[in-house]
Amino acid sequence: MVIDWLPSILIVVLLALGVIGALRRISLWRAGQPEKVNLIAGLMAMPGRYLNDLHHVVERDKYMSRTHVATAGGFVLSMVLVIAVYVFHVEQKIVAWLLLGALVLMLCGAFFVFKRRLNPPSRLSKGPWMRLPKSLITFALTFIVLTLPVAGVLPEGFGGVLLTLILSVGVIIGLGELIFGMGWGGPMKHAFAGALHLAFHRRPERFGGGRSTGLKPAPLGDESHGVAKPSDFKWNQLLGFDACVQCGKCEAMCPAFAAGQPLNPKKLIQDMVVGLAGGTDAKYAGSPYPGKEVGHAKGGANNIITAGLIEADTLWSCTTCRACVEECPMMIEHVDAIVDMRRFLTMEKGDTPNKGSEVLENIIATDNPNGYAPGSRTNWAADQNLPVIKEKKQADVLFWVSDGAFDMRSQRILRSFVKLMKAANVDVAILGDEERDSGDVARRLGDDATFQSLAKRNLATLSQYSFKKIVTTDPHAYHCLRNEYADFDTEGALKGVEVLHHTTFLNQLVQAGALKLDTFKGGKVTYHDPCYLGRYNGEYEAPRDLLRSLGIEVAEMERSRFRSRCCGGGGGAPITDIPGERRIADMRMEDVTATGAELVAVGCQQCTAMLEGVVEPRPEVKDIAEILAGQLIEEVH
Amino acid sequence: MQPNVVSLVSIGRHPQSGRARRAEQDGRGVELGLKLAGEKLSVLHVGNPEEPVLRQYVGMGLPAMTVLKQDETADAVPALSDYLQQEKIDIVLTGVRSESGESSGMVPYLLAEKLGWPVVARVADIVSIKDGVAEVLLALPRGQRRSVTVKLPFIASVDNAAAPARQSAFGPGQRARMESVNTHGEVDQIRVNWQEAPAKPRPKRLKTVKAKTAADRFKAATAKPQGGSGKVMKNESAAEKAKAIFDLLIEENVIR
Ligand code: SF4
Ligand code: SF4
Repeated sequence: MVIDWLPSILIVVLLALGVIGALRRISLWRAGQPEKVNLIAGLMAMPGRYLNDLHHVVERDKYMSRTHVATAGGFVLSMVLVIAVYVFHVEQKIVAWLLLGALVLMLCGAFFVFKRRLNPPSRLSKGPWMRLPKSLITFALTFIVLTLPVAGVLPEGFGGVLLTLILSVGVIIGLGELIFGMGWGGPMKHAFAGALHLAFHRRPERFGGGRSTGLKPAPLGDESHGVAKPSDFKWNQLLGFDACVQCGKCEAMCPAFAAGQPLNPKKLIQDMVVGLAGGTDAKYAGSPYPGKEVGHAKGGANNIITAGLIEADTLWSCTTCRACVEECPMMIEHVDAIVDMRRFLTMEKGDTPNKGSEVLENIIATDNPNGYAPGSRTNWAADQNLPVIKEKKQADVLFWVSDGAFDMRSQRILRSFVKLMKAANVDVAILGDEERDSGDVARRLGDDATFQSLAKRNLATLSQYSFKKIVTTDPHAYHCLRNEYADFDTEGALKGVEVLHHTTFLNQLVQAGALKLDTFKGGKVTYHDPCYLGRYNGEYEAPRDLLRSLGIEVAEMERSRFRSRCCGGGGGAPITDIPGERRIADMRMEDVTATGAELVAVGCQQCTAMLEGVVEPRPEVKDIAEILAGQLIEEVH
Repeated sequence: MQPNVVSLVSIGRHPQSGRARRAEQDGRGVELGLKLAGEKLSVLHVGNPEEPVLRQYVGMGLPAMTVLKQDETADAVPALSDYLQQEKIDIVLTGVRSESGESSGMVPYLLAEKLGWPVVARVADIVSIKDGVAEVLLALPRGQRRSVTVKLPFIASVDNAAAPARQSAFGPGQRARMESVNTHGEVDQIRVNWQEAPAKPRPKRLKTVKAKTAADRFKAATAKPQGGSGKVMKNESAAEKAKAIFDLLIEENVIR
C-alpha cells in the first residue's frame, strides 16, 4: 500500500532537499577568498576535534555537555539507522532495537534541551531556537512509534492509515527541522557547518590543546586592504560564522557588551551570517548591540559591511581580549574578523576614530604612540647603569623595555624589574634608543602596514646582536615578539631565542633561588590576569607562583585565569574610546573589590594604568615586579 | 562652479624625531583644498617624485598628485610660477611656516611677487567663493577671527587654526598616481649657502601678574593683552608710521 511507503518517501525527499540546501550553503561559503586547507586530513581529524576540543569547552557547562552528547549522539546514530531501516530496508530486528535505543537516548537529551529552554538565560537566542527542542522530541517520538512494529513490539500495520498519516506529519516536522533545516539555514545548520568548521578551521593549531593567537599578516599592496565585504573573508572564516549556535557564551563574557558599548560578539557573528547569505537581521532573536535596535541591518556578500550591516563603532568597541574566542564552543574567531574589518577602515578609509589617527601618525613619525623624541627613549634609565647592547653586542638576557619607557608610572615597574635582575646578577642589556614600539597598537587598530614596518625594523635591529632570552614587562610586546614577529623574521633574528614575560622569568629566578625575598605582610591580595599574558599566551601560573613565594594566598576573583575580565586597555580601545554606559576598568575594579583585597597584583603596565585610573577609594594596584622588589632582601656588601 | 584650487605640499619634519612627515600646515592646506574643490583639488610638490612622504598627502583621498621633478638644490619658485601660470588657478594654498628646506615660509610671498597676486596670510578658513570673490577668515591670536574678502586669484597661507588634516589611508596613498613633470630649475644659490641648526626656543617676556586669587590669575592668563603702551596710528603719514616702528625696534633692542 502506498500509505505504508509514505514515511520512507518523505525521508528520501527531505534528505534530498537537505542535501540541495547544504550544497547551496557551501556555495555561499565559496564566495569567500581562497585559503588552503587539507581536505582529507581535516575531515579525518574532525571527529577527534569534536570529541576532544569542542567538548573540552562545552564541558565547562556540565549540564549542557551531557545534554548535547545525548541529543547529538542519539540523533547521529538514529539518523544512520533510520536510513538503514527505512531507505535501505535492513530488516534485522537487532537494528530496529538499536535504533530504538538511539532514539530513546536522543529523547532524553531533547528533554533536557526543552527544560533549559523553559526559562532561558538572556544570552541565549530565542526565535527558531525555542522551537528546536520540540522538533527534536517530535523526531524522536515519531521514529520510536514508527519503529516499534519493525522491532516486533507492535503488530505490523498497527494503528492503520490514521497513525501512518500522523507519523508522516511527525516525520515532516522532525526531519524538516533536523535535515532540511540543516541545509537551509535553520538552527540545525550549526551541526553541518560546525562539523566542517572543525575540519577546515583556519587555526588548526588550536586543536589538541594548542594555542594560536597571533593575527595573520595582511597582504599589502593589493587593490584593497582588509575586509570590506563579506566575500573578502577567507571562505573558511565564512564557514566559521555559520557554525555559531547562538549560545551567547561570548556575549556573557564580553567586557564591551557589559559596559554598554555597542558590541555584542554573538550579534556580530550573526550579522556576518546575514552578510554572507544576504538579507536583514530582522529574524535575529537575541540581545542587540547595546543601544542599537535590531532589524535595521542589511547586508550581502558583496556589500560594504560598514555601509548598512555593522556600524564602525561596533568594531572599534572591541578590546581584542579574546574572552569570546576562549568561551566559544564552536571555536569561532571573533577577533580575527573584527581586526580584518578594522584593517579596511584604517588602511582604506583612513577612518580610525578619536585619537586613532593621531596615535598612528605618531607611531609612523617617532616609533612611539605619543610622539616623544626617539632619542629620549632611554632617559628613564639614566640612573640605572644598564648596559646598552649596541656596546656589548651580546648578553644572556635582552630586556625589551617597551613604550612604558616614556611613561612615569610604567617606569616604576621597569625600575623594579631592573632592581630584581641586578639582585639576581643577570647578564642583561637593553636596546636603548634602538628599540621601537612593538607595533601592537598599530596592528590592533588595523594599520598592518605600520605594524609590519615596525616588526621588520625591530627584527633587523635584533638580528645584529646575540642573546639567549628576550624578556619584557609588557604582555602586548611579549605577544608580538613571541607570536607575531615570526611571520616577518626572514633573518632568523629570534630563532632559538626564548621570549619570556617578566613574571615567567622572575619565577625562574625565584625557583632557582637567585632572589631572596621576605614574606609579604600586607593585607589580602588578588591577581588580575592580563588578556595578552593569559588568554593570548597561556601564562596563568608564574604570577601566582611568584605571589605564593612571598607567602601570599591569592584571593581569586570570580573571573580569573582564562575567564579573566579585560581591564579595558587592549586593542587600542582607550584610543578609539567608544562611549558606553560604564567603564570596563570600573567593572574590573568591582571584581577586585568583591574579593575584599587591599592590593591587586597585575603583570602589565596597561592594566596598571587602566585600573589606577579608577577613582579612589579603591584597592592599590601594583605590578608583580614592584611587589617583589618591595620584598627583596638586599645583601649588604 | 568649483574653484580651481592648488595645494602646495612639502616634505615636513617631525619636531621630535626629525623624520620626514606630512607637514602639519601643508596637510591643513590639503584639507582646506579638499573642502573647496573635493577630489578635483590639485596637489603640487616640487622635488623628488619617489619621496614616500608624498604618499601621505594623496592618502587623504586623492587619486593623483603632480610633482615638478627637480634637484634638491634647485629653486622651487621659478618652477612653481611657470607651472601655475599655465593653469587657470583661482587659489593657491601653502603653509605659513616651512618645516624643512624652502617650503612654505617665503615661498608664498616670492610666488605672489612673481605672479602679481595678493597673499592672504594665516588663513583659518575659506568660507565661500562667489563671483570671483572669496570670503576668508584670518586667524588672529587667542582664537579670534577676522573676516576679509579677496578677489581671485590669490595665494593663501594656512594657519594652524585651520581644520586639521584628515587621516591618511595607506591603500589609496599607495595606489595614487604620481604625475611627474620634468623641470629644469636653477640652483638656488642662497639656499645652498644655508646653514641649518636646531631651533632654540625664543626667550619669552615674563609677564608679572599681581593676582591674588585663582580667578584673577585665570583672567590674566586668558585676557587679551591690554596693550596699554600701544598706539593706533591711522591718519599719520607713512614716514611717521615708519618712524614709530623704527623707534619701537630700537627700544626693544631688536636693532641697535
Ligand atoms: S575580544 Fe573581548 S571585547 Fe572583543 S568581542 Fe570578544 S569579548 Fe568582546
Ligand atoms: S559565537 Fe560562539 S560563543 Fe558566541 S553565540 Fe556563537 S557559538 Fe556561542
